[in-house]
Amino acid sequence: MSRLAAGGRIDRTRPIRLTFNGTPYRGYEGDTLASALLANDVRVVARSVTYGRPRGVFSAGIEEPNALVQVGNDTMLRATQVELVDGLEAIGLNGRGRLSAEPDTGRYDKVYAYCEVLVIGGGRAGITAALEASQSGDRVILVDEQVELGGRLLGAGWNDWLETSLTALRSQPDVRLLTRATAFGQYDQNLVLVAQRRVDGGRLWQVRAKRVVIATGAHERPLIFANNDRPGIMLAGAARTYVNRYGVAPGKRAVIFTNNGSTDAGAADLKRAGIIVEAIVDVRAGDAVVDTGGDEEGLRSVVIAPLTGNGPRREVECDLLCVSGGFNPTLHLFSQAQGRLRYDEGLACFVPDAPPPNVAVVGAAAGDLAGRGQGTIMPYWVVPSDGREWSTHFVDLERDVTVADVRRALGTGMRSVEHVKRFTTVGTGSDQGKTAGINEAAVIATQLGQPIGAVGVTTFRPPYVPVSFGLMAGRNGGDLFDPIRVTAMHPWHVAHGAVFENVGQWKRPWYFPRHDEDMEAAVLRECKAAREGVAVTDASTLGKIDIQGPDAVEFLNRMYTNAFDTLKVGSCRYGLMCTVDGMVFDDGVVMHLDPDHWLATTTTGGAAAVLDWMEEWLQTEWSDLRVRLTSVTDHWADVAVVGPRSREVVAELFPKLAIDPQSFPFMAIREGETAGIPVRLHRITFSGELAYELWTPSWYGLALWEAVMAAGEPLGITPYGTETMHVLRAEKGYIICGQETDGTVTPQDLGMSWIVSKKKPFIGQRSHRRSDTARLDRKQLVGLLPVDGEQLLPEGAQLALQPNGAVPIKMVGHVTSSYRSAALGRTFALAMLQRGRERLGSTVYAPLNGHVVAATVTEPIFYDKENVRRDS
Amino acid sequence: MIAEAVRRSALAEYTERFAALSAADGGGLSIRELPFASQLNLRADPKDKGLMERFADVLGFALPIVPNTERSHEHRRALWLGPDEWLIVGSEGQQAAMEQELRNGLSGALGSIVDVSANRTVLEIGGPKARELLAHGVPIDIDVRSFGPGSCAQTLLAKAQVIVERRDESAFHLYVRSSCASYVASWILDAASDQRQV
Repeated sequence: MSRLAAGGRIDRTRPIRLTFNGTPYRGYEGDTLASALLANDVRVVARSVTYGRPRGVFSAGIEEPNALVQVGNDTMLRATQVELVDGLEAIGLNGRGRLSAEPDTGRYDKVYAYCEVLVIGGGRAGITAALEASQSGDRVILVDEQVELGGRLLGAGWNDWLETSLTALRSQPDVRLLTRATAFGQYDQNLVLVAQRRVDGGRLWQVRAKRVVIATGAHERPLIFANNDRPGIMLAGAARTYVNRYGVAPGKRAVIFTNNGSTDAGAADLKRAGIIVEAIVDVRAGDAVVDTGGDEEGLRSVVIAPLTGNGPRREVECDLLCVSGGFNPTLHLFSQAQGRLRYDEGLACFVPDAPPPNVAVVGAAAGDLAGRGQGTIMPYWVVPSDGREWSTHFVDLERDVTVADVRRALGTGMRSVEHVKRFTTVGTGSDQGKTAGINEAAVIATQLGQPIGAVGVTTFRPPYVPVSFGLMAGRNGGDLFDPIRVTAMHPWHVAHGAVFENVGQWKRPWYFPRHDEDMEAAVLRECKAAREGVAVTDASTLGKIDIQGPDAVEFLNRMYTNAFDTLKVGSCRYGLMCTVDGMVFDDGVVMHLDPDHWLATTTTGGAAAVLDWMEEWLQTEWSDLRVRLTSVTDHWADVAVVGPRSREVVAELFPKLAIDPQSFPFMAIREGETAGIPVRLHRITFSGELAYELWTPSWYGLALWEAVMAAGEPLGITPYGTETMHVLRAEKGYIICGQETDGTVTPQDLGMSWIVSKKKPFIGQRSHRRSDTARLDRKQLVGLLPVDGEQLLPEGAQLALQPNGAVPIKMVGHVTSSYRSAALGRTFALAMLQRGRERLGSTVYAPLNGHVVAATVTEPIFYDKENVRRDS
Repeated sequence: MIAEAVRRSALAEYTERFAALSAADGGGLSIRELPFASQLNLRADPKDKGLMERFADVLGFALPIVPNTERSHEHRRALWLGPDEWLIVGSEGQQAAMEQELRNGLSGALGSIVDVSANRTVLEIGGPKARELLAHGVPIDIDVRSFGPGSCAQTLLAKAQVIVERRDESAFHLYVRSSCASYVASWILDAASDQRQV
């Protein structure tokens, strides 16, 4: 055991059990996994990614490149950041981590936060900045990635100052202190994303700050020498932190290798903890560690030699080598926010130059390294290889990149630090090269004989730390993944066993199986009921746009291909809409309610797009038109009563209403009331049958539906879903925008020239005169009857003119809709076919996997061509 | 005779869950649906001074023209939705009367008045934790110092469109589309359960 008898911020009265690689150990509350492993003399934590070399704890924080572990389904965690919890089971990574195939069961959350001042980093500089900002009464948020605020002070004995400062901060109502919270991305206008670790999950803070104070401190960097990766070699500041903060001696016999003054205080702390300091090797004194010795368990000795001349080499036995090559201000976020860096020769590091607007940098991040005790530094990076290969001089420990790799990259002619990064992968590990990035630049500079400032650093990109997809998703998972929109009648559908289909965000009944019916049987039954008796469907999801104003007719005439001048109040008309390229965009029914009051329905999926489209034309091109639009989709519930006996149901519900065909003809609108429910009735059909759409404010929707079911019950009224709706409309050759059309289909292609006005201008009209839209070999809408009436063509099947032939066979069309028809007693389909109308009566072929389906080309209407039923 | 008994609000099935949550939280949070409010969408030209004065006479207050603010008088409120668009809210059952009064005020000027009472339902979220709860899903700053009483905004709650109205220091009204209401309710219950763990 290397646990010290006293000292540190751990609670020795609260032991915690853990296992590592299956072996049980004990730590204390306040430990990280790394400090507990060191306390239990576990030196080898993981194996490196490429060479499989043993690796141990290298740092005491977020910059850890070596000690990567898996805990549960979380892979590639840093042992230096894993808090001990009782029963923790961790496994050291052997090379790469493996993503779990199991779903992430963590609880994730998101919070939007606003503040005047966001301070990133809870060390001395950050706490000081937050204290200052809090005096004004502004909202201040202080985030820190560690478990406790204090940063480096936690390992340096500043406890009294910390306590006083934190007490003052906590007393301010508008100051929010977030721990375990890592700011990982800084974007335009000071949007900062913060990942907060929580028990079994996390919280994403999306912070928008008027001013950001970056107090992210500095990362100590190592020196590079042969075999610099053995367990037992760690950053000098980390060794000091383990002693002071965690009460752990990370070794028994230490050598310190440094080029600056920061190790002085550390050496004293190590000695106080009973660690023998065998040697202090100081580059400033002309000495260096040139190599290390060791075995599978890690470091056993170091070789020390003078930097110049042929002085004596001496080998010193030790199990801990504390390395300090200076400090790199932590400027990842600063750079992400487009702050510029410059290289400071005196400090031997990159420091902030020009900050972006409303961003300040303070403390060590700003290059104030006095707190770290850097003192005089002799810039030094790579200890020469003593005539050997450079293949154990590790630049990037996590990626296993050595000086040899960098030299190879330069040997190929690469000069840019960005190119070298991509060739070697330096800095691309999950630690994002926090201890490697600047050393890479230094190695390049050394090799090329250039100043480091001229080589520069690679671009810093978010995220600063790995962020899980679960955190990004927040609580938008499972049933909350996307809004589920339901109609007022939804509870009835659920209670009556509907199978649902997703249509955009809507849940719509697909079909209503009875007992153990399959879909095919249910749909045939539902279709039969609509064709022969009476059936009912929920059409509430249709988009609905209220249109008011004296220029509404002119507006509608421009939006739709057909004209509305002659449509009387109290009547409806089907309308078709094109985009400017002349392609079909959407369709629906337009109702004329009052002289200056209209209402247009849209497809279920097109509601928002059509309203946006209309508003765009009104606001940008036709601002002179006196028309105003309002979405009323959710205001109305719509019950469609369909079938030859639907009139009997409506008569039962509205005894006072004259509903004979003369009084209430096709496409007429009437107002009524049933059981106290106000209803607007429309004789509209999407099935080709006699049908009524009953509209009522949505809060009456369920009651109206139930009233319809009760009134129709003696007639065997049958509820049906979207599949039956599709079959019925396809039998009549009614298109569905988005099914028959795909943005490349004109009204003429669909055989709908009858709805395209030649008398008035409308959107898309000019495009119908383009040579491409006028060419004769366009795909046109046709019907298909498979020669074998039992065979069902798959939707999307390609069509050819020959049953076989040399591959690739020329494809001349595709199936857009295909169903079994109860009314026809056979299968049928709709298709888009080149020169389709010329091919009526001919045979086309759908080559499928292993067989070919032959089908006769027909008019795209299969049922009641004369519309006798619709108009009855 | 219109039968009120057969009406069913969009969140009828959540009444008990909201009540249970409000009780469990010991006053920190109270959530309930305020169903069947009268709501009219009004579009009119704010530069038409005569028209604005006529509306002010009808409503008892001038329509707000400062973005994202509301005005109210007795049981009627007007929420600014856009430069020429307002949501007029009144007590249950007032929509027809309100529509007629506004139409009289419009008096042939350019505009539109649409009954949207069943288009959205209203959720009241109150209590000291209300703002904190909404901050899990509402991306705008709803702190009292930037979004005080009298503020409103069309924004999102998670992925659903909502109108957020601040009624007083600790109470918000959310106007939620009827079809999205159960999504919003489920989301709020989920977020509230998580919030209590903190």
